[in-house]
Amino acid sequence: MKEFKVKVEVRLKPVVLDPQGKSVLSALMNLGFEGVHDARVGKLIELRIWDGSAESVRKQVNEMCRKLLSNPVIEDFVVNIEE
Amino acid sequence: MYKFGVIVFPGSNCDHDSYHVIKHVMGQSCEFVWHEDANLGRFDCIIIPGGFSYGDYLRTGAIASLSPIMDSVEKFASRGGPVLGTCNGFQILVEAGLLPGVLIRNSSLMFVCRWVNIRVENNKTAFTRNLKDGDVLRIPVAHGEGSYYCTGDVLKSLEENSQVVFRYCDGDGNVTEESNPNGSIGNIAGICNKDGNVLGMMPHPERCSESVLGGADGKFIFESVITWLGLGKKTKSKA
Repeated sequence: MKEFKVKVEVRLKPVVLDPQGKSVLSALMNLGFEGVHDARVGKLIELRIWDGSAESVRKQVNEMCRKLLSNPVIEDFVVNIEE
Repeated sequence: MYKFGVIVFPGSNCDHDSYHVIKHVMGQSCEFVWHEDANLGRFDCIIIPGGFSYGDYLRTGAIASLSPIMDSVEKFASRGGPVLGTCNGFQILVEAGLLPGVLIRNSSLMFVCRWVNIRVENNKTAFTRNLKDGDVLRIPVAHGEGSYYCTGDVLKSLEENSQVVFRYCDGDGNVTEESNPNGSIGNIAGICNKDGNVLGMMPHPERCSESVLGGADGKFIFESVITWLGLGKKTKSKA
């Protein structure tokens, strides 16, 4: 058994309007950051998992994402695993 | 007299309002059901109340949708039992997959707490039976995440199957952008399942079922389900 550090990034799908991102964008523009023309806000979920292999961790975390951590109607997820 | 169950999650806060309306205004029997209970067989109708179940952590309704009781609610609904989810209850129903789509952050980013008008789009559901299509109800909303969203395919199927039950409108029943409090697609305020026995809606009928509260249009929803139960539509379940 090893400890794996897992980072799950959950993002709104590109087609879903992100009012929070829009508001962040307008605040950044108000601060004078002129080049910025898009902002989207997502979530980062960090997990620490005991398991035998990275492959098995990935399988588990994908299932976690489908069942709870993301909503497939509006969100995509990316799983990063570190030993 | 029918027996209503009001499900209570940690963070529910419209449970007592719902109980009060059912028991004291509608004169029906009512019981609170803790979310860890699993037996709903004794009930004729289930209400999933509003609030902030589990602090709205992760996504609104996401954690509550995995509570043990939601399996029983699904069974209850699949046997034809009427289920009403208001506000957070609606969010829980979509997260649990009992209704399609999702409720996302209001387009204004503001928590909206005010009276709105909604137009009845389908009066054949368990909860709209006493109304007419086109009727306008005045009911309050109070939410930060009430913007209904679904994919184009789902929206098409909702429209084709008459599953859009309420749309935000102006006082005369016109569905306008100005009357949409949260950015919901198609001004959707409430939808039902294909059989019309599960209804989710963002407005709060339990907050406006007595004229002393400034309006009593919410009563039509509760009266409708009582009428519906009287028609014997409910399959007696042992869920």
